[in-house]
Amino acid sequence: MEFLRPATWDEALAAKAEHPTALPISGGTDVMVEMNFDVHRPSAILDLNRITELAEWSGDGETVRLGAAVPYARIIEELSGPLPGLALAAHTVGSPQIRNRGSVGGNLGAASPAGDSHPALLAAGRDVFVEAESVRGSRLIPIDEFYLGVKRNGLEPDELIRAVRIPVADGPQQFSKIGTRNAMVIAVCAFGFALHPKDGTVGTGIGSAAPTPRRAVEAEEYLRGVLAERGLWESGELLGPEVVRRFGELVKAAASPIDDVRGTAAYRRHALAVMARRTLTWCWNDYRKQIRSAA
Amino acid sequence: MTSRTIQGQKNLQKINQASKDGIGGSPLRPDGALKVRGEFAYSSDMWHEDMLWGTALRSPHPRANILGVDVSEALKVPGVYAVLTHEDIPGEKYYGLEIADQPALAIDKVRYHGEAIALVAADHPETARRAVKKIKVEYEVLTPITTEEQCLDPETHGYVHEPHEYKSHAYGNVCHEQKLVSGLGVTDEVRALADVIVSGEYEVGMQDQAFLGPESGLAVPAEDGGVDLYIATQWLHVDRQQMAPVLDLPLEKVRLTLAGVGGAFGGREDLSMQIHACLLALHTGKPVKIVYARDESFFGHVHRHPARMRYEHGATRDGKLVFADCRIVLDGGAYASASPAVVGNAASLGHGPYVIPNVRMHAIALYSNNPSCGAMRGFGAVQAAFGYESQMDRLAEALGMDPVELRQLNAVTQGDFMPTGQEIDAPAPVAELLQRVKDMPLPPPLDLEHPDVRTLPGALSNTSHGEGIVRGVGYSVGIKNVGFSEGFDDYSTARVRLEVIGGEPVAMVHTAMAEVGQGGVTVHAQIARTELGVEQVTIHPANTEVGSAGSTSASRQTYMTGGAVKLAAEAVRHELLERGRHRYGWTQTDLSLVGGKVVSASAGVLISMVDLLGDDAVEQTREHHHRPTVPFDKETGQGFGHVQYTFCANRAVVDVDVELGLVKVVELTAVQDVGKALNPLSVVGQIQGGCTQALGLAVMEEIVVKDGKVRNASFTDYLIPTILDTPPIPVQILELPDPNAPYGLRGVGEAPTVSATPSIVAAIRQATGKALTRIPVRPEHLTDTL
Repeated sequence: MEFLRPATWDEALAAKAEHPTALPISGGTDVMVEMNFDVHRPSAILDLNRITELAEWSGDGETVRLGAAVPYARIIEELSGPLPGLALAAHTVGSPQIRNRGSVGGNLGAASPAGDSHPALLAAGRDVFVEAESVRGSRLIPIDEFYLGVKRNGLEPDELIRAVRIPVADGPQQFSKIGTRNAMVIAVCAFGFALHPKDGTVGTGIGSAAPTPRRAVEAEEYLRGVLAERGLWESGELLGPEVVRRFGELVKAAASPIDDVRGTAAYRRHALAVMARRTLTWCWNDYRKQIRSAA
Repeated sequence: MTSRTIQGQKNLQKINQASKDGIGGSPLRPDGALKVRGEFAYSSDMWHEDMLWGTALRSPHPRANILGVDVSEALKVPGVYAVLTHEDIPGEKYYGLEIADQPALAIDKVRYHGEAIALVAADHPETARRAVKKIKVEYEVLTPITTEEQCLDPETHGYVHEPHEYKSHAYGNVCHEQKLVSGLGVTDEVRALADVIVSGEYEVGMQDQAFLGPESGLAVPAEDGGVDLYIATQWLHVDRQQMAPVLDLPLEKVRLTLAGVGGAFGGREDLSMQIHACLLALHTGKPVKIVYARDESFFGHVHRHPARMRYEHGATRDGKLVFADCRIVLDGGAYASASPAVVGNAASLGHGPYVIPNVRMHAIALYSNNPSCGAMRGFGAVQAAFGYESQMDRLAEALGMDPVELRQLNAVTQGDFMPTGQEIDAPAPVAELLQRVKDMPLPPPLDLEHPDVRTLPGALSNTSHGEGIVRGVGYSVGIKNVGFSEGFDDYSTARVRLEVIGGEPVAMVHTAMAEVGQGGVTVHAQIARTELGVEQVTIHPANTEVGSAGSTSASRQTYMTGGAVKLAAEAVRHELLERGRHRYGWTQTDLSLVGGKVVSASAGVLISMVDLLGDDAVEQTREHHHRPTVPFDKETGQGFGHVQYTFCANRAVVDVDVELGLVKVVELTAVQDVGKALNPLSVVGQIQGGCTQALGLAVMEEIVVKDGKVRNASFTDYLIPTILDTPPIPVQILELPDPNAPYGLRGVGEAPTVSATPSIVAAIRQATGKALTRIPVRPEHLTDTL
């Protein structure tokens, strides 16, 4: 097994072009576990730790450009304001040690349906992009086109993830995750939710309940319609139990979970409906407070 | 010490008590700081020049015939020194803790998922792992025998051990069986005496010991043709006894030294890699180290027996128990391991600490193609306690009684008889334990207006901000035996040496006791300090150069090996004082060793131990045997089978998110009678640890086995409680001395593991109203989404 340690981003791209089967590693919180269990035996490991720019983020007030290797601990500490949903998701990742090392870039690279970042990224809106780059150039992959299958993503073999571009939250965001213990647990299922008052949309993301992370499209459309038709964005009135319930049912219907060692499909559907109702309620209550205090 | 004359028993007591590191004190563990700093050498850290790494090929099938094994490709891998199969075993091919039914390497068939078939030694662990993959095994895969129904119908489903190869003491696919009848048994006439009858079926999943230090050891071939094995185990001598015949070596050529043990909980009672490492070392003539990876560890040791239990209890209208009828079926998996003892405990303790005039019990362990099950903290008693304590709550509900009062009304006490006919001849304060646990203050009620998300079920997973949360409280009590039962003489040996080193009297304690974290090394030094009046005590590494110390299990080590250290230290003291009497003509009969001096209660200090010892060491070796017990009668279960009983009562307070089925144990209180707390800090630690392991069984820990295959052999999916799942565990200890035990002490480690699980389930039942007849309780059980 070759061990490649590029010093710069350009060297990394060149190495990846030369060794397309090389497995990139940064925090190693996923890669090393799989190697220990002999799941992967990659021909080469591409260590990105020397490329310090990957662990940096920048923002212009509209969008956060999050370096692929920014650890979850820093997302919690530094980005809870602009990216509240992702920060809540980051809180649920593993242990403190794992949050010190693990990153959104790693989550995207692994593309596990159970990755904690994914529901938050999906909920953050349709303008979330994965910045993929190779010696051939750079491109922005919309998050909705990134997840292709179980542990399969939209990267070409010679591409590396440089950063993720995520719009700064324009409304309340929430994230909930089910685990059978109170910390350090892989999601049985997870749900991300965001209100986007600027364009009158809502965002959802379902984790661990389908072959890929996915959006509950019908639920989003239903809620968008209700909010617009009833003028709720402006009035900030209560949604009413029927809307909340219906939203939960549509989220549940959007999932296609399986029975596995972590939980049953029936439980996952049930829990998604509950989480959808609760996160919607929390976000809407926050939104109501915001517009009332603005009024 | 000054030379002032010290007189009178009271003064001497003061001095004894002033030695804060003697018994009753809480000196810190000698290995504690090293472990916390990550500097302690565990068995997996060992290294030897020129050593090879061993690993095993394991079966992917739970049941298959092996038609052929081709090792030629593996042997060709550069760096590989040996590839061995059962054909390379020089001696006996089978071993076992109680019944030698397990092949050291599979012979013509495999009986469980993960059974070892072949071994590889190579100069690098990765090379060994790669070579293992090149071994070609041709299997004829058979349908595994996995359910109770299949096991009990061998005509249809076959035998795990064919009748001609069956080595156990029962029949068919039953590994062991114990019946018990007391009073009138359970008949229609007896049933008619009860005003209220409740029955239930209960199930316990397969728990794992989940020790953090994987199985590991280093075997070094010796010039005399023997082997030295450095090993993390629970009982050096019984390992050796099983290993020597397989290696075809006399016992004295198989020498074991304890290496750093990273937890055990019963999981190291059976052999794992001991024979494998020695076979490879003797074959290659090189030291061989084996360290299991985490997944291999899950296949490499036995687990807690899953159980299916049926209970029926009858009581009078005022709550007096009339009868109990029980059937306990334990899945022992492919090999016997400790199954007979587990069955014995389940049958003899399976009614709980209650006076029940009429009892019928039938307990069996099955052979199946599931993973082998054997020893784990509280074995036999843990499974049963979930059954009988669930029944007590059911009965209280049927009678409209308070569940604690119902238990107290029927609680055993000293002088009562167990259903085995054995009199409880030491304190048994069951009703008092329950009263005390009930009287302890409750935690503050949940603040649903301004909840702290971190304290709610789900915590930072952010599933609730107070929605759906209901609090519940539950109680339970349990009983466990201490020491090996049913006629077993599990004696312990200790050698104590007293000599002057650097101008100070120093005691050396040498035993073969496996320190697995329980704190024996701390307690042995405390005993030597108290008995010999010295401060400096050295603990000799545990090895087979001294006699057996028995197993570090069954809550027995402080009682048994601690007792042996006490006997040996007393013998050293006796010899030293005899020496003084002989040399100086002392006539006093009130001599003791205190503060490094020989002291007469009437005449004061006679001489310092340094002067009395001079250059001559005093050394004594003693065996400590507990009082004899007898096997239970096979049909009636009658017999004086147990050495000592131990009791713990618990109260659990839980918050349940009833919509999501998530549980947070808010507080788990324990009250336990420990006879005498030799080291109160360690005792509280044992009780808190035992409660935590019980919490794991109540709400999360289970090896998931489907069609004989283990589906979660990792800490990613075998969940054990984290610190966020572990609540405050207030502990109250009672010290009612047992006249039969050294210092009056009572084994501590298992009782809370037996009793705490049912209290948590009872609390969840109170919060949810669900019946909850299976543990671990999963979110699916609480949300009807199975």
